[in-house]
Amino acid sequence: MSTDAPSSNSSLFEYLLRLGDDRLVLGHRLSEWCGHGPVLEEDIALANVALDLIGQAAHFLRLAGQVEGKGRDEDALAYFRDAIEYRNVSLVELPNGDYGRTIVRSFLFDAWSVLLLEGLQRASHAELAGIAAKAHKEARYHVRHSGEWVLRLGDGTEDSHGRAQAALDELWPYSGELFAADEVDRQLAGTGAPDPLGLAPAWRDLVSDVVRRATLTLPADGYMHSGGRQGRHTEHLGHLLGEMQILARSHPGATW
Amino acid sequence: MVSHESADTAALLGVLHGIPDPEVPALDIVELGIVRRVELKPDGVVAVEVTPTYSGCPAMRMIEQEIVAALRASGHDRVELRTVYSPAWTTDWMSDEAKAKLKAYGIAPPSRIVDGQALVPLTSAVRQAACPYCGSSNTERRSEFGSTACKAIHYCHHCHQPFEEFKAF
Repeated sequence: MSTDAPSSNSSLFEYLLRLGDDRLVLGHRLSEWCGHGPVLEEDIALANVALDLIGQAAHFLRLAGQVEGKGRDEDALAYFRDAIEYRNVSLVELPNGDYGRTIVRSFLFDAWSVLLLEGLQRASHAELAGIAAKAHKEARYHVRHSGEWVLRLGDGTEDSHGRAQAALDELWPYSGELFAADEVDRQLAGTGAPDPLGLAPAWRDLVSDVVRRATLTLPADGYMHSGGRQGRHTEHLGHLLGEMQILARSHPGATW
Repeated sequence: MVSHESADTAALLGVLHGIPDPEVPALDIVELGIVRRVELKPDGVVAVEVTPTYSGCPAMRMIEQEIVAALRASGHDRVELRTVYSPAWTTDWMSDEAKAKLKAYGIAPPSRIVDGQALVPLTSAVRQAACPYCGSSNTERRSEFGSTACKAIHYCHHCHQPFEEFKAF
């Protein structure tokens, strides 16, 4: 078997890692707000969204472990892989920054995720489609939450507007990675999964509509970061995993 | 939907009806729609299919343990649990009787799902949930997120009580 043309099974495994890792890493980032939210309702909201994302990740990673067939479950995949083995986009691993930056990052991700999951419900792999259908229902209220906050912050005070615009400008170069397709995506597209590039027009419509209503300015497309899908991450992922994995690695197999 | 095929199935369902949801103990796990199917197989194994309410529901593991324990206590040592995702769980499966129990417990029951809302509406069309305490609809949604994934927080302007609503999902 040539390395240029991965088997359909290893492509499916890789694809499931991407789905799981995006949600696990963003879920962990959002959970960092627990106890630090700007108002109680938002503290609870982000903890709820984090829980959904980590739950979705667990379902995708469990399936990934079954597809791989080497006896790894969702916990083994979450806690015993290093940064270079993670397949999430860089956008989700970036530090939270202020609340505006956290919200803008979530909105850029949620707007993409809701479209991806919408299409993924029609994948021919029944269990993948089922998990996607469930996650899609949750992604709908995630994008409503983050989108409404982009409106409120952008069309809010001078300070909130400035912070939201700065976040949008800083995060925009990380959005291109959401639509970059490689051989794994091409193999999966053959089984009914959405073509990443095909999601771009609808994403751009949704994002630019909210950005315009929020009185913000859509940044110009320029250099776009890449590499997360191949395990080339920013320095931030290692620090995040260090915190997330220390308990499981210090006490392997511990139960409580 | 849970099938009512035989006396065996009915008896097993009876056992599972005895397990309250850990987060919303006013309802049991069959009423909530978490148990999708139960069957006594010819070899004596009890096969149970469950579906999660929300992807990250932290009570799912506990519910699975309670299912196994309850079936063991009723004489079924061999239990096969399977998680199914399709069709995705919805509050539209909840019976009127279950909704009445929720209301009596102090949680506003879920409304029917309304489709077709924009992904990010400019002004949210928020349905005013009737207060479970005084029945007034002079209420306001304070947050779409509450103490558990399945609930939203509202405030009643008539009896001045905050209350939770089981979200339509």
